[in-house]
Amino acid sequence: MWENIKQFASEFFVTGDPLIYGADVSIALTMIAIVFVLTKYKKWGWLWREWLTTVDHKRIGIMYLIASLLMLFRGGVDALLMRLQLAFPNMEFLHSEHYNAIFTTHGTIMILFMAMPMMFGLFNMVVPLQLGARDVAYPFLNALSFWLFMLGAMLFNLSFVIGGSPEAGWLSYPPLSQNDFSPGPGQNFWIWGIQISGIGSLATGINFIVTILKMRAPGMKLSQMPLFSWSVLSSSIMIIFAFPILTVTIALLFLDRFAGAHFFTMDGGGNPMMYLNLIWMWGHPEVYIVVVPAFGIFSEVVATFSRKKIFGYKSMVWALMAIAVASFFTWAHHFFTMGTSASVIAFFAISTMVIAIPTGVKVFNWLFTMFRGRISFKQPMLWTIAFIPCFLVGGATGVMLAVAPADYQYHNSYFLIAHFHQVLIGGVVFGYLAGIYYWWPKLFGFKLDEKLGKWGFWFWNIGFYVCFMPQYALGFMGMTRRYYTYGWDRGWADMNLVSTVGAFMMGIGFIFQVWQIAYSIKHGERDKTGDPWNARTLEWSIPSPAPFYNFAVVPTVKDSDDWWATKQAKANGTYKEEPVHLEPIHMPKNSGIPFIMSLFWFLVGFGFTFGWVWIAVIGFIGVFACMWVRSFQYDTDYYVPVDEVRRTEASLGRVL
Amino acid sequence: MQQMAKHHDHGHGHDHDHGHEEHEQLKVLGFWIFVVTDCILFGSLFATYAVMMHSYAGGPTGKELFELPGIIASTFILLTSSFTSGLAVLAMNKGKVKELIAWLAVTAVLGLSFVVLEINEFTHLVHEGATIATSGFWSAFFTLVGTHGLHVSVGLFWMVALMIQLKRRGITPVTRRKVTNLSLYWHFLDVVWIFLFTVVYLMGVM
Repeated sequence: MWENIKQFASEFFVTGDPLIYGADVSIALTMIAIVFVLTKYKKWGWLWREWLTTVDHKRIGIMYLIASLLMLFRGGVDALLMRLQLAFPNMEFLHSEHYNAIFTTHGTIMILFMAMPMMFGLFNMVVPLQLGARDVAYPFLNALSFWLFMLGAMLFNLSFVIGGSPEAGWLSYPPLSQNDFSPGPGQNFWIWGIQISGIGSLATGINFIVTILKMRAPGMKLSQMPLFSWSVLSSSIMIIFAFPILTVTIALLFLDRFAGAHFFTMDGGGNPMMYLNLIWMWGHPEVYIVVVPAFGIFSEVVATFSRKKIFGYKSMVWALMAIAVASFFTWAHHFFTMGTSASVIAFFAISTMVIAIPTGVKVFNWLFTMFRGRISFKQPMLWTIAFIPCFLVGGATGVMLAVAPADYQYHNSYFLIAHFHQVLIGGVVFGYLAGIYYWWPKLFGFKLDEKLGKWGFWFWNIGFYVCFMPQYALGFMGMTRRYYTYGWDRGWADMNLVSTVGAFMMGIGFIFQVWQIAYSIKHGERDKTGDPWNARTLEWSIPSPAPFYNFAVVPTVKDSDDWWATKQAKANGTYKEEPVHLEPIHMPKNSGIPFIMSLFWFLVGFGFTFGWVWIAVIGFIGVFACMWVRSFQYDTDYYVPVDEVRRTEASLGRVL
Repeated sequence: MQQMAKHHDHGHGHDHDHGHEEHEQLKVLGFWIFVVTDCILFGSLFATYAVMMHSYAGGPTGKELFELPGIIASTFILLTSSFTSGLAVLAMNKGKVKELIAWLAVTAVLGLSFVVLEINEFTHLVHEGATIATSGFWSAFFTLVGTHGLHVSVGLFWMVALMIQLKRRGITPVTRRKVTNLSLYWHFLDVVWIFLFTVVYLMGVM
């Protein structure tokens, strides 16, 4: 009996590496600390009522943001471990399998569990406020999306200490990801972590399309809608078309592994290249899904901090939509070397280069908005200005990669690594950081400290170039991705060392930002006006932090940049004060079902990961029970009385 | 303006109903978009099937094992169930809740017989030596047809829940929206089946 338990434990828990034991201990200590603090200060009820069951889009946004910053930390540590291993030739810091696990989790986490939730966090924090709405179209579904993401991410991260991490690369190409080459639960963690959070992402896409099409404040035409909301619409449209393909693809991979099917196997009529086609039909739109909202953020920030209306609004909208459509016709450029016919390759090479046109239009529009504007270099604007040259170089190397004959040389080399990090960090991360700095006061009621932020900014920026410029050269020198070590004779030592130094500089930048947040909670500049940046759109017309019902009176929109127009009219004396007419506000009730249902989904994923089908069956029964219970709930909303609205507004310094 | 004043005189009762009605409309739109995503899901499965169509790997082919009479029978059953779900909506529009529940019950029975026939077919195929692990072709077949069957089964589960709610609450804006969405879902599955019948079975035996 004892022997059996020991045997089981040694397979169940990841063992052997001191780094893992260190992580085990710190995870255990953190858990104990959290439980202790919650119990000591009697906060369990608060946690349940205010956060776990909330359907308020702002709180959900904040939870997305916290989760994504934690994942940024984990993905960042993975990156630093890789850079340490590659800092010198013949390093023996990580052995090859550990290195494989780390580059796999780094990629998966950064795209699916860092970029996606940070993006959804910004969607949630901003879109309803910007549209003059009181919530998203389906608040309950929104909460469900969050918890599905969260428990999917937790399931994936569990692989670190239980069962073992996936090792087949962030997109898990077969045949490597099949049972023959990746036995054990690691690959299943990858499948189920992504599958569960993917359902949530799909639901979020539907939710925001309906919110944007149907929940805009009266008078706001689509042609007057702020550009960030347009970018969210573009991104959500891509989500609803791309994510079902992901669901199918990894379900098929799971069937190969679990039921012995022959979709992507080497024998039995399977076709591994079909997996590549399917996964990139999702995967290429996916990178646009995450970058397009960053474009929206830059458009808001540039206009606000240049004190000018955005240049070329209509062309901006066209560009966003053109990118959404074109993104579905470029997938095969990820494997030009597959060896299809010349005409297929030519099609995908040209369609890839075509993407540069709308993107170029956007860059010029941002530059023209800044031209002759009164620019103030606050943090959001700094990141925006840093983005432009960075993304320009990243885009240009992308066009180089799109040249199919040349791609036979660059394919899977460090040139590619440098390219996509440049567009993903320079585009997505810089964009989301700009957005977080910009909207932070609206969510929390204070600004993030400028001085610490600038330290973070410069470490990130200089670190970025120091880290990735050498990698372009390394690619030309023949270093391919996923090498876990190399010899002195290759001549790659200097460049790799420089690159590692750059990576650590970005790590220091992140530490400055964490310090900045901690510092600003106490000392940050409080925002009493609700409009700390003298901005242009509706979210700045209400107090900071926004009350739970957002708008005491739903605004009527007459202009694009309506809040700016209102302020101008007030300054000119042409503003007509309309009598305030408060009405009871219709709000959704909190619900514990999204959290509980996601826990059952977690059981489904956990059961299938280890092949313990009975756990998965319990999970499925739980999921259906939750749906059944929810279907029978009719009392799901309530009204906030006028008195309470008046009191809340008064406490925020607004008299109605 | 006058109407607004009236609302206030009568408290918020009226206003609430109006808000509900609008919100229910919103949910129908969201469901349409969900159906779009489901189209993409089936599209991906059809594409996979098209790639795997001749990957028999030396195993049995569809032509050898498909038994068309049974498939045609289940096709007619599903088509009829789509018709009866349409009749259910018509009954709802006339405000006849009993008729509505009755037609939903007929639809559910037909749907259930479709699922039973499909399970029968699958068992038969497995006995003939065609399982999901036999070849690429059979993997794609079982996944595509099985996903459709799974959708029908989930629809049945939903239908039962809805019939109970209709019995308890009658026709309200909420139940009306639910019936609308369910019938939309059911017609959609019907359309998918027509493609499935053509691509998998008819082209399979040709």
